[in-house]
Amino acid sequence: MTIPLPPSGGGAVSPESAPGTPGGATGAPDTTAEDRGVSLWRGAFRRLRRNPTAILGAVIVLAFIAVAVLAPLLTSYEPGAAQDAGEITPSSVPGPSPDHWLGLDSFGSDLWTQLVYGARQSLVYGVISTAIGLVVGAALGALAGGFGAVGGRAGQWVDTAVMRIVDLWLSIPSLLLAVSVAAILTQSAYAVMIAIGAAQVPIFARLLRGSMLAQGRSDYVLAAGALGLRKRRIVMSHVLPNSIGPTIVQATLNLATAIIEVAALSYLGLGTADPAVAEWGRMLVAAQDRFDESPQLAIYPGVAIAITALGFTLFGEALREALDPRSRR
Amino acid sequence: MRLVKRWLVGLSRKVRLATVGLATAAVVLTGCAESERDSSSGDGGGEGGGGTFRFAASAEPVTLDPFFASDGETFRVSRQIFEGLVGVEPGTADPAPTGLATEWESSEDGLTHTFTLREGVTFHDGSDFNAEAVCFNFDRWYNLPESSQVESLAYYYGALFGGFATGDNADNAIYDSCETNGEYEATITLTEPFSGFIAALSLPAFAMQSPTALQEYQDDGAQNPTTTEYATSRPSGTGPFQLEEWNQGTDVTLTAYDDYWGEPSTIDEAVVVPIAEPRGRADALRNDEIDGYDLVGPADISGLEDEGFQVVNRDPFNVLYLGFNQAQAPFDDLRVRQAIAYAIDKEEVVSASLPEGSEVAIEFMPPSVSGWADDVETYDYDPDRARQLLEQAGAAGETIEFNYPTDVSRPYMPSPEDTFNVIRTQLEEVGLEVEPVADRWDPDYLNKIQGSENHGIHLLGWTGDYNDTDNFIGQFFGSEKPEWGFNDPQLFQGLREARGEPSVEDAAPLYEDLNREVMELLPGVPLAHPVPSLAFGPGVGGYEASPVQDEVWNTVTLD
Amino acid sequence: MLRFVLRRLGLLVPVLIGLSVLLFAWVRALPGDPARALLGERATPEAVARVREAYGFDDPLWQQYFRYVGSLLRGDFGSSVRDNRPVVDTFLEKFPATAELAIAALLIAVVVGVPLGYLAARNQGRLLDTAVVSGSLLGVATPVFFLAILLKLVFATWLGWLPSSLRQDVTIDATHVTNFYVLDGILTREWDAAVNAVAHLILPSIALATIPLAIIVRITRASVAEVMNEDFVRTAESKGLSRRVVSRRHVLRNALLPVVTTIGLQAGLLFSGAVLTETVFGLQGIGQYLFEAIGRRDYPVLQGYILFIAIIYSLINLLVDLAYGVIDPRVRVS
Repeated sequence: MTIPLPPSGGGAVSPESAPGTPGGATGAPDTTAEDRGVSLWRGAFRRLRRNPTAILGAVIVLAFIAVAVLAPLLTSYEPGAAQDAGEITPSSVPGPSPDHWLGLDSFGSDLWTQLVYGARQSLVYGVISTAIGLVVGAALGALAGGFGAVGGRAGQWVDTAVMRIVDLWLSIPSLLLAVSVAAILTQSAYAVMIAIGAAQVPIFARLLRGSMLAQGRSDYVLAAGALGLRKRRIVMSHVLPNSIGPTIVQATLNLATAIIEVAALSYLGLGTADPAVAEWGRMLVAAQDRFDESPQLAIYPGVAIAITALGFTLFGEALREALDPRSRR
Repeated sequence: MRLVKRWLVGLSRKVRLATVGLATAAVVLTGCAESERDSSSGDGGGEGGGGTFRFAASAEPVTLDPFFASDGETFRVSRQIFEGLVGVEPGTADPAPTGLATEWESSEDGLTHTFTLREGVTFHDGSDFNAEAVCFNFDRWYNLPESSQVESLAYYYGALFGGFATGDNADNAIYDSCETNGEYEATITLTEPFSGFIAALSLPAFAMQSPTALQEYQDDGAQNPTTTEYATSRPSGTGPFQLEEWNQGTDVTLTAYDDYWGEPSTIDEAVVVPIAEPRGRADALRNDEIDGYDLVGPADISGLEDEGFQVVNRDPFNVLYLGFNQAQAPFDDLRVRQAIAYAIDKEEVVSASLPEGSEVAIEFMPPSVSGWADDVETYDYDPDRARQLLEQAGAAGETIEFNYPTDVSRPYMPSPEDTFNVIRTQLEEVGLEVEPVADRWDPDYLNKIQGSENHGIHLLGWTGDYNDTDNFIGQFFGSEKPEWGFNDPQLFQGLREARGEPSVEDAAPLYEDLNREVMELLPGVPLAHPVPSLAFGPGVGGYEASPVQDEVWNTVTLD
Repeated sequence: MLRFVLRRLGLLVPVLIGLSVLLFAWVRALPGDPARALLGERATPEAVARVREAYGFDDPLWQQYFRYVGSLLRGDFGSSVRDNRPVVDTFLEKFPATAELAIAALLIAVVVGVPLGYLAARNQGRLLDTAVVSGSLLGVATPVFFLAILLKLVFATWLGWLPSSLRQDVTIDATHVTNFYVLDGILTREWDAAVNAVAHLILPSIALATIPLAIIVRITRASVAEVMNEDFVRTAESKGLSRRVVSRRHVLRNALLPVVTTIGLQAGLLFSGAVLTETVFGLQGIGQYLFEAIGRRDYPVLQGYILFIAIIYSLINLLVDLAYGVIDPRVRVS
C-alpha cells in the first residue's frame, strides 16, 4: 500500500534492482551551485503558485488541517459520545435532523462530529507515522548513501550491508509488515503509527541513498575532492543537504498513503479497537453492515479519505515537479 | 441514493434483455465443450423435487470425522452424513429416539444403559449398522491413542467422558464397557453415573461411523487424524447424504444416499461453500449465488425480508451475559454487582442491539433446559435502586473497566459493539464512569477474559450443545476461573453432585436450586437469549431450524 | 545468462535463512496463545496447557527453532494449528486464487494503462491528458476496500450483472487441475466454467487494478514524454520517419523499461491490495487465510506462508530483471 507514485524517471524507487532505469534519474538536481538550496526552494515556490493543481492540492490540504485543528469549534457534540444510542435499532439509523445535520452514526453519535474529529485522527496518525518512516528511513539511507559516497572498501561494505537489510525489509509486502507490527504491539494508536511508519522505512532509505550516490558522482563533489577537501566533509556538508529535497517531497506523498493505510488497518480490525472512536476507516467498517439501509454512513468517510489523500497527492506531485530542474523549461 | 439505485436497476433490466441474445449464443457455443463431468448431477433448479441446495457457511469444515471436531461448521456438514444413537426431538434440544436407537433403558443407579437399535440401517460403504458397530465406536473412542487425546482433537469425549483408557485422565474415565446382546441391542456400562449421558450422545461428535470404513481408511494414531483419507474423502455414516467430494478451499458436495432408512432426501445434491463475512453471505443470497446461509447479521434481517427472502429463526439455546470479575474492586462487593444488575434495562438492550425475537434472560441458561428455575431473583430495571446501592457501597461515580470484543459476531452475541454501547449509556445513567476497553476477539479478547485477571466487567456468552444444565452453569461456574475471579467451593461441589446424579429427573431439582443460588451470588448479569437466524431464497422450503442446530437437509425442497 | 540466474538464486539462500530466523522470532513475539484461540470459549486452563504441550509451545525457544529448521530441511513446513492441514497443501490450494486475482488486475492495469499513458503523453496539455492524469490521481487516492465495496454494491447487489462472491458459481461442476480456475476451464475445455470464473474475477480485479493502473498510466506518460524529447527520436523524426514507425521502434520500446520496473514493484502492492479485496469478495485466497492466521496465532501457517511469499516475490523480481534484457539489448545481463 505504501509504494508511492515513483517519480517521473521511475528510477528512484529501486535504484538497486533496476539496472535498466535511466541512470541518475532520481529527481536529484544536477546543478552545482553552492547556494542552490535557497534559490531552488524559492524558485519552486514561485512555480507552485502558478500551478493550478498545486493550488487545488494546497487548498484541500489546508482545509483538512483546519478542520482537524478546529474540530471542537465546528460541532457542539463530543466524539464517540453515543448520546443517542437509544434511537438506534439493529435495522435503522436516524438520518439528518435539525439536531444532527448529517444524522447519527451506527452507535448513536453525531455523524458530522465523528467526521470532523476523524480528520484530526487522520492528521495525527498520518503525520506521526510518516515522520517515523522518514526519520528511520532517512537515517538508514544516509548511512548507506554516506558510506557509499565516501567509497572505499569499508564504505562499500556498509552500503551493501544496510541495503541488504532494506531489501529484506522491502521483500515483505508492506501491508503484511504493518499488520505484523500491529499484531505484536497489540491494539493501540502507537501500534498503528509504528506499523505504518515501519512499512515506509525502505522507501525513504532507498530514495535518500539513491540521490546521495547520484550527488556523490556529480561534478561539484568531484571538483571539491580534487581541491583536496576530505570526502567525509563533502558528504556531510554538501551531499546530504542537497539530497534531502526529494525525500521531503516523498514524505508529502507518503502522507496520502499513510492516511489510506490507517483506514485499511482499521478495516482489517487492527486499528484502534474501540468502534466508537472517530476514525474514518473504523467508521467505514462499522457502516459496512448497514450499507443497504444507510449508505451515507460508509460513503461520507470513504469520500473524506479519498479527498484528503488526493489533496496530499496533488500537492506533493506539484512540489516534486517544481523542484525538478528538468521541468524548469 | 435511492434514486440512483432505482435508475440503475431499471437500466439493468434493459441491458439484461439485450444480453439474453448474446447469452443464448454463448450457450450454443459452449454446448459442444468436452469435460469430465458427471452427467447425472442436478442442474440447479428442480422440477418438483431434486436440484442442488447451495448453502453458505461461515467457514470450511475442519475435518469430516466428527469425532475429532468441536466446531459448528464441521458439525453442519457431518450432521448430513452421520447420525447418532440418540436423536433430538425436532425443534427442541430434547433427546429423542429419532436417531439410530429406537429406545433405551437406564438402570436405577445410572450405570448401565441399554439401547435397542433401528433395524435395516446401512452405512454409506454398504456395511450394516448393528450392535457390533455401536460397540466398535464406543471402544474406538475409549481406546484412542494418547497422541490424539488432546483437546484440539477429541474435545467432547475428553470433556464428557472424563478420560480415556490411557493417558493422564485415565482414572477419571467414566466409560467402562460396551456389550452386544444379539444383533440389535447394545449395553453401555459406566463406572459412575452421569446425568447428562443420554443427552450428550445426541452430540454430533458421538455419531456412529462405519467400522469397516474406519478400519480401512482412518488412523486414529496418525499425526493428524483429521486429514487422513477417511477424514477428507471417505467418511461413512448412516445419514441421508453421502460425501460426493470435499474440494478443499472451495466447497463440500453431498449427494442423496439412496438406501437411507428414513425419509429420503428431496434434493439430489447439497453444496456447502464458505463465505466468511456475514455481509458477503447476504450479498451472495441477494444475487442468487446461494439458496441459503446461516448466521444472518442483525442489520440484514429486515432488509432481506423486505426484498422477499425468508428469514428463519432458531429458538435461542444460548445466553449472552455481562460478567463481573470479582478479583477486581469494586465487583467483589455484592451491592455493586446488584446495582449494575438493576441499572441495566434488558428490554432496551434487546430492542436496540439484538435481532428481533430475542428474549430477555433471567438466568444463565435458556428456559428449555431441564434444570431451569422460574423463581430466581430477576433484578428488574430500577435505576433509583441502582443509585441507592452504589451510594451504600460507596461506589457512586466510580470508574469501571468495561471489556468487550470487536470484529466478531457469535450467535449469542451478534454485534457486541452495539450491545456494549447500549449498556454503557445505561451505566452512565446511574452515575458510573465507564472506561471502554475493546479487544479483537481473535485471540486477544478471550485471552484476556479467560486467561488473565486483567479485566473488569465483560460481555460473553455461550451456545448450548445439548440439553443439560451442566453444559451451561456447570461450564461457567464448575471451578475457579479467572473469568469470574471467585472461589466458592460450595457451589463447585453442588454442581459436581448434580452432574453425578443417575438421571436428568434426579438432577433437575438440584440444578434449579443451583440456579437460584447463582442468581443470589450474581457472578454476572444474564442479558438475553439472542435469536440466531438463517436466511433462504424465496423458493426454498422445508428447512427445519433447530435450537441445537440439528438440521438435516433431507426435508429441504427447492423450486 | 544462466550464470546470472544461478547467482541470483544463490543469493536467495542467505536471505531465506535470515528470514526464517526473523520469522521465527517474530511469530513467537506475538502476544496471545494459539491454544486458546483454537479452543475458543471452551478453553479451560487445563485444556490450554495440554494443547500447548501437545504442540510443543512450552519447550525452550532454541529447541523449537531447531525442530522448525530440522523439519524445514526435510521439506516439512508443518501443519496449521487450526485445521491440522499441512501448510504446503493449503498454500498450493489458496495461492492460485490470489495469483489469479493479481494477474487479472495487472493485466487490466497494463492493457489499459500503457495505451492511456502513451496517448496522454502524445497529447500533452490537452483535454485527454488532463482527464487521464486526474483520473489516475483519483485512482491512487481511493482506498481499495472502499472501491471494492462500492463496485460490489452497484454491479452485484443492485444491478445483479456480476457475481458478488466466490470464485465460481456453486453449481458449476468444474474440474480443477491447477486451481487457477480460468486456466482449468481452458485446459479441460469446460468453457462455461472458464467464462464463469472470469465473470467472478471482474469486480475484484477492477478494484485491485486501480492503483497499479494509475501508477502505470503516469509512468508510461512520463517516460514516453521523456523519450520523445531525446535526441535520437528527434533525429528519427527529422529524418522523415513516419510518426507511427518512430513510436513503435523507439519511443514505446524505450518507454517500456520503467513500466517493467514498476510491474515488478507492484507484486508487493498487489498482494497487500489482494488481502483487502479477498475479504470484501469472500475469495478463499492466501490473503484472507494469512490474515486469519495472524489473529489465531497460527505459527506454522505464518512462518510457512510468509517464507513462500518472500520466495515468490524474489522470483518475480528476478524475472523483471531478465525482462530488461529482452526489451533493451543494451542491458544484457552478465
